[in-house]
Order: sequence, then C-alpha cells, then structure tokens
Amino acid sequence: MSAPTTPHPEGTAGGTTPRRRRRGPRTWLATLPLLVFTGFCFGIPLAAIAFGAVTRTDPATGATSVTGEHLARSLQGPYLGSLTGSVQLSALTALLATLIGVLIAQALVTSRSTALRSAALTASGVLANFGGVPLAFAFIATAGISGVVTRLADLTGLGWDLYSFTGLTVVYLYFLIPLMVLVTVPALDGLRPQWREAARNNGATGWQYWRHVGLPVLAPSLLGGFVLLFGTAFVAHATAAALVGGSVPLVTLKIADALSGNVLTGQENVALALGLDMILIAGLVMAVYLPLQRRSARWLR
Amino acid sequence: MAAMTETAETAQTATGDPVTEAVPEEATARAGKAARHRPRPRVWRGAVLALAGTYFLLPLLASSVFTVHVPGQGLTFQAYTELLGADGFSQSLLLSLGLAAATIVLSLLLAVPALVAVRIGSPRLRPVVEVVCMLPLVVPPIALVTGITTVLRWGPEHLSRTPLYQTFIAVQDERFPVVLVLAYTVLALPFVHRSLDAGLRAVDVPTLVEAARSCGASWPYVVWRVLLPNLRTSLAGAAFLTLALVLGEFTIASLLGFRPFAVWIVSVSGAQARMSVAVSILSLLITWLLLLFLSRAGTAPSTTAAAPATSRKEP
Repeated sequence: MSAPTTPHPEGTAGGTTPRRRRRGPRTWLATLPLLVFTGFCFGIPLAAIAFGAVTRTDPATGATSVTGEHLARSLQGPYLGSLTGSVQLSALTALLATLIGVLIAQALVTSRSTALRSAALTASGVLANFGGVPLAFAFIATAGISGVVTRLADLTGLGWDLYSFTGLTVVYLYFLIPLMVLVTVPALDGLRPQWREAARNNGATGWQYWRHVGLPVLAPSLLGGFVLLFGTAFVAHATAAALVGGSVPLVTLKIADALSGNVLTGQENVALALGLDMILIAGLVMAVYLPLQRRSARWLR
Repeated sequence: MAAMTETAETAQTATGDPVTEAVPEEATARAGKAARHRPRPRVWRGAVLALAGTYFLLPLLASSVFTVHVPGQGLTFQAYTELLGADGFSQSLLLSLGLAAATIVLSLLLAVPALVAVRIGSPRLRPVVEVVCMLPLVVPPIALVTGITTVLRWGPEHLSRTPLYQTFIAVQDERFPVVLVLAYTVLALPFVHRSLDAGLRAVDVPTLVEAARSCGASWPYVVWRVLLPNLRTSLAGAAFLTLALVLGEFTIASLLGFRPFAVWIVSVSGAQARMSVAVSILSLLITWLLLLFLSRAGTAPSTTAAAPATSRKEP
C-alpha cells in the first residue's frame, strides 16, 4: 500500500523549500498506519452496519435490495420499548449522578484536607473504571437475593429487588457518580475565590452568588457531564447483562439477544438497525458534549 | 442573611469616615456572619461525604464478607484457595493479559507516530487524526460488534475460495483471537489519543526535535531518547486505561464467542457464585494497584531526572 506513495511526494515536493521537502513527506507517512488501520478495522464494520441496516438479501436468489423495513421494525414493538427503556434509565441515572456527583465534588473542593481529596480522586478514578461484570457481581453479593445486606437488613421484606429498573439504577450510579466527580472537580476548582469575594462585596447572598455567578460559569461543564454520563449509561451492556439478563428491556440487551440468533427468520438485520439507532443517539450525545466541553474549558484556565 | 449584609452596607455608606466608625460595626457583623456560616458547610460536607462513603464502601465490604463467610459454616477462604486451580481461571486470565499487552503495543505504535508527526510537520492533518481517533466514542461496543460479526460472516459466505479466507480463519483463532486485539485497539484509540495529546501539549515538540537533530541525533534516536521519555506519564496513562478496558471487556468477547477473563467470570458464576465474587474483588484490587503503580511510575522518573540536572548545574 505504501509502496506507490513513498516516491510520489518526494517528486512533487520539489518546488517547496528544502526543509519542507525533507520533513513533509516523512511526517505525513507516519500518520498513514493509523488512518489505514481505522479505515479497515473501524470503517469496514461501520459500513457493514449501515449497509446491512438498509438492505435485504433474498435468501433464494441472493439479490440485494434497499429497504427501510429493518429500521422501521427497530422502532416498533419490543424494540422501541427497549430503546425508550434505555433512554429512561440513562436519563434518570445521569440526572441523579450529576446532582450527587456535584454535591460530592463541592464537598471535596471545599474540604481543607488534601489527603481526603487526593484519596477520593484516586478512588473515583478506580471506581469509574469499575463498571461491567465485577461490579454486577459485587452488587449481587451485597443486595442480591442471598446478598449480605439483603439478609442482614431484610431488604426483600421492604420490597427491594436488585434485578429491576430500580436496582439497575442503584448499580449504575456506582460508576456514574465517580465519573461525574472526576469531571466536576476541575470545573469547581476553576471557580475563583475572587469571584465569590467580589459578589459578597457587592452584597450578594450565597444563593445570589450561585444563581448569578457560580451556576452560569459551571453550566457548560455540568451539562457536558450530564451528557457524558447519559452516553456512558446508554452504551453500558456488561453490567446489565450480568445482572438482569433480560428482565429489564434495554437496547444493548436486545442487540445481544438478536446477535445470538434469538430472532425470527428474516429479522437478522434488526440487530444492525438497532446498532445504527444507537450510533445515531451516541453521535447526538457527542455532538452536544464536545462543544459544551470546549465552552467550559474557557473558564478553567 | 440578606438583611444583615444590607445593614452592614448601609452602615458603611452612611458614615462619613468609614475607617473610624464602620470598622467595629463591620467587624461584629462579620463575626456574627462567620459564626452563622462556618458550622453549616461543615455539617453538610460531612453528611455528604459520609453518605457517599457508605454507598461506595458498602458493596465492597459486603461482597468481601460474602466471599469468606458461608451461612451456617462460618469463616472459610475456600473461594480464594480454590481459585488458582479452578478450571479455566489461569487460561482466561493469561488470554486477557496477552490481549491487553497486544492492544497496548498496537494502539501506541499506531497513535504515537501519528500524533508526533502531526505536531512536527503536518499540522493540516491534525483535525483528521483527531476525528479519526475520537470517532470510536460515537460507536458503542455493542454496535461495533454487530458490524464485526457481519464482516466476519463474509469470510465463509463470499470469500471461501480466496486467500483472504485464511486470514479470516487466522484472526479468529481461539487461542489468541487477533480480531479482539483489533476491536479493542479501536475502542482504546480515544483514550490513548486524549492521554497522548495532553502529554504532547505540555512538551514543545518541534523545539526538542530540532535541538536534537541539530546536535546530530538520528530520527530513531530522537524518538527513543528525547520524545518518549518526555511522554512517559501520558504513555503510562494510556497504557493503564487500555489495560483496564481490555481486562474488563465483556461485550465484544462474549458475543464473538471467546473466553477471556470477564467472560469466564460470568460463565463460572452459575456454579460457583462465591468464586465469581472473589474474582470480582480481586480484579478491583488489581486495578487499584495498577493505578497506584502507574501514577508512581509516571511521577517518580521526573523527580529522579530533575536531580542530576540540578547537580550538574552546581559545579
């Protein structure tokens, strides 16, 4: 692949300055492996999703035709239910984690103990990565049917069920809150004490300071954090798979189900259509998050 | 409270000479405010931190208790002692570690040259590289795996008579599934890019490279002895994130039918619940230790590197 490109830039770069001629082509080539790799290992599967989601291959003739039926089916019945279930769970957990995470971050930022602060930040870094299967099992051992806390506190008698929407919310918060703390602490650190002093000198109350100075400055980071948490909760699969199996309708579980061959004949491509739906939603999330992050970065210098 | 600040303010503005008259009044106002202010943040801060601590420590403590305490039998460390001999444990752990090592090497080999090149000579490619590295964030792993299975199905369906077919078989080798390394590298690229980009931003790459080049260093020497040592912290960070990602990855591996560590934990949970919880706790501890080790590795060399620099200046 690189054989024809190597001599070519050398030849055409003759008109530029000698420095350019020596450096330009070489540095350009160094990005080639990355671009080729992503083109192959990321571009081709992505194209396969997009292609499979909008086409249908007739098993008898082998002819491929464009159709919207997979996408339409992915937005109907149980599939639509799983999409809305995922969106509801993600929105609820993201909202709760944003509120709680900001409270914890503010408590950490205002605390005078640097040891507590660094320990909590390290713990957040670890716990934010503690999603997935191990987390699910830790919660099963804690609050599952025969979990330690369930037996000690008789949670079942109180109507507690880990393998439900509520249970999943509690579990998701376990890795979303630390993530929010990690995202928010730099933003809260960016609130300069001078602003607070200036507001107080002008006679502002604590509430007025937060209402007119603190929250507007923090808003992009908080919103960005919320969107990030939403995206994280939305794509989470391993935790839910290990915890609830299929009792809570989530789009990631439905895709896994469909991929394991658990669909009617002729509906195999529904998994691809659902995948495309997820990519669109995740793309929307990123399209909101990145500008917000850039905007909040302005205040954090 | 609003009334109090107002009175303090009116007192200050009403008096002709604020230095002599307003000071005692303001001092008492401030003292009163302080007395009312101080305890409140401490109470809510303590309450918030205590509640958070309970929520985050309870599952860890409870699951530790779960692994060592069997109802009716008392304390037993069977779950941990049986672990090493358990069927598939060392195999799946070694597979995961191997996959992690391969993913780290591959993602760094791809990302480091590209990012350095973009800094030195091809700034126009910078947005391209950034977008390419960040795009995987938009594609959830579960969606990526649908695409991968579709592509892998092409092998037997369309390519069985071409030499490509052998490649398709080879990347799905049970003992070391290369396809997982490729998928994990794609997933790790955003984190690797973010970590390396932050590291490169802190270093003046063109100046360093030009200085080294004018001293006669060859390109490999520049990269190996000048750039990489400067990027040590961000390389360690990228490696840690990739390692954590690969060790905990379940979705892609299970749906493609391979059995690395996370998949093994789930498969063993039905028969030996205690052991699966024990492994979960161990994996958390391992992550924690790795994080501590890498943050130590990231900071320690800079202090040792600073020492000779100063000692050389002194004489």
